[in-house]
Amino acid sequence: MRERGKAVENRLPESLAFADPALCRPLLDRLRRDLDRPLRFMEVCGTHTVAIFRSGLRSLLPKEIVHLSGPGCPVCVTHDREIAACLALAGREGTLLATFGDLMRVPGPGGASLKTAKAQGAEVEVVYSPLDALRLARQRPDRAVIFLGVGFETTAPAVAAAVIMARGEGLRNFSVLSLHKLVPPALETLLADGAPDIDAFLLPGHVSTILGLAPYRFLAERHGKPGVVGGFEPADILQALLLLLDMLRTGKTAVRNQYTRAVAPEGNPRAREILFSVFEPADALWRGLGEIPASGLVLREQYGDLDARRLFDLELPPGAGIPGCRCGDVLRGRLSPPGCPLFGSVCTPSAPVGPCMVSAEGGCAAFFTYSEQREGT
Amino acid sequence: MTSVVLLDHGSGGRASRRLIREVFMRHLSNPVLDTMDDAAHLELSGSLAMSTDSFTVDPPEFPGGDIGSLAVHGTVNDVAMLGARPRYLSCAFILEEGLPLDLLERIVRSMGQAARAAGVWVVTGDTKVVPRGAADKVFITTTGIGEILADPAPAGSRAAAGDAVLLSGTVGDHGLTILSRRAGLALDGPLASDSAPLHVMAASLATEVGDIHVLRDPTRGGLATTLNEIAEQSGVACEIREEAIPVRSCVASGCAVLGLDPLYLANEGKLLCILPEAKAAGALAVMRRSPYGAEAAVIGRILAPGDKAGAGRVILITRPGGRRLLGMLEGEQLPRIC
Repeated sequence: MRERGKAVENRLPESLAFADPALCRPLLDRLRRDLDRPLRFMEVCGTHTVAIFRSGLRSLLPKEIVHLSGPGCPVCVTHDREIAACLALAGREGTLLATFGDLMRVPGPGGASLKTAKAQGAEVEVVYSPLDALRLARQRPDRAVIFLGVGFETTAPAVAAAVIMARGEGLRNFSVLSLHKLVPPALETLLADGAPDIDAFLLPGHVSTILGLAPYRFLAERHGKPGVVGGFEPADILQALLLLLDMLRTGKTAVRNQYTRAVAPEGNPRAREILFSVFEPADALWRGLGEIPASGLVLREQYGDLDARRLFDLELPPGAGIPGCRCGDVLRGRLSPPGCPLFGSVCTPSAPVGPCMVSAEGGCAAFFTYSEQREGT
Repeated sequence: MTSVVLLDHGSGGRASRRLIREVFMRHLSNPVLDTMDDAAHLELSGSLAMSTDSFTVDPPEFPGGDIGSLAVHGTVNDVAMLGARPRYLSCAFILEEGLPLDLLERIVRSMGQAARAAGVWVVTGDTKVVPRGAADKVFITTTGIGEILADPAPAGSRAAAGDAVLLSGTVGDHGLTILSRRAGLALDGPLASDSAPLHVMAASLATEVGDIHVLRDPTRGGLATTLNEIAEQSGVACEIREEAIPVRSCVASGCAVLGLDPLYLANEGKLLCILPEAKAAGALAVMRRSPYGAEAAVIGRILAPGDKAGAGRVILITRPGGRRLLGMLEGEQLPRIC
């Protein structure tokens, strides 16, 4: 009756091969052996956050190695005022918002979210790709379909491609609210005060497939902090930590690539070309980091008719912030999630107060979900 | 007959009767249903198990099954998880106006086949038709009743220190199949739902092995959620070894691409069996004998009271040898943004 049993493959998928204890144990042993100093490393990618918790690596690393989650979760770094702008668009007559799922539950002013807006009648659809939003626009000519563009350099090229396609097709009811952010300027901001609490950076694998290594060189060259672009499996992360430690020990700080099977040193020039043909850098608001020059992406002038900000004459509403929420400090690596007075009591994944608890890739949600430790440090 | 469901088909008039006769009776016929009385006259004895479930799945047909077979397996399995032999099902259909009749017929035929294979009769039913948009194609609610074979019956509250935790096969197959179909994603490999009846396996465990403390099918929320429910209900801590959990290669790689965890994806043909460690080998042999249990494995144990893990918690020993909470998720898992 059913096709089953016959075709169980024997090949181990990459995700399991790189978690193999036979591969990980020697790396861990070397890390323990070579560790002659505390190593406080920050990752700036939500996938790394989750990978480090999920693999149980935190429980395996020597306690002198401290893992800090930086501003690498796209939903978490989206500013209150940007959420307020999304909600304002959702409230406009005739709009249909297309968004990645994580954004649905992020609380905006007064605790409203896209989810509550939807329950009250706003049209909001969860999509998996900007191309799904294009399809919605074709299917619903009676609605102004607005794609909420959230994410980093990895996500933005696909949005740019969707914009080009919309232009090519002459779709008149499609637009993008670009809230995209760029990773290197945020790192620059984190380092503005020298970031004495951060010894090294585990750099984002996905983002770097687009960017390559060059945009991070300033970490080593100007700030003396080593950085390694790392993959997401346990062996990748351990290997990246070894490279970071090695650079700290020898004093030869640089930006290096551990994730060579996915990241080319020059990144993906074609994707960048598409990205910057549609978008241009602009100042942007980051939760926890404030306004950072040239850290966001806006649609270029020639795509103005596909830019929701211009079409709907949208100003970012003033934001009051969330009382008591310390997501900003968590995103800067200044506070471990259980150190926030709201963590685990008022703020949980079921009733999140701040975005770091909303997104599955947020530092607080990951801590709450995976860590046996629930009290402040 | 017209080729789509019309509001007339739910009117109770001739169109309704035609639909019942030509689709439902044709595929679900049995001596009790065939009497066409207002209620089913049943012969049952002893302690009974009863369960109900509503099925709404988009798409209604998917690799490995469809909403019809799923509506039978889901309820048959729930009844079986009490160590009971499922006997009778009721089924209620809510049909969306405009539903293609050939799709409905395929679903009902599949339901009939699944019921025969599971040894249950659909003894009573109902059909309503709602205007287009008021339902998504077809919703099915089934209620099942069965006779309990085990005494005491397995229960979620009976997991005890020293018990072994057994799983009947791979996890994540159904959830990833549906999710990838719904999102229009083409994933590699022979991805298919695991929808299957588990009543024979469950009955063999209850009668041949005995002393089964917990039987449960990890459907919505997946293995992780079910383990957490059991740990909470029983007030025990549970330790699971990640490498012992069978996951099909195509599910593991599909999940890795999408940023999903197979331990939270739904299964429709798997069961968890918790029983004293000394009986684990016997239970494993019984599970592996079933066509749906070839990959059964011991995946963990119930910890002694006072273990540092703490009652109500599930600890995962990860593949590289680390330790973390295997918690419950807040809502549905969502594919990653980047």
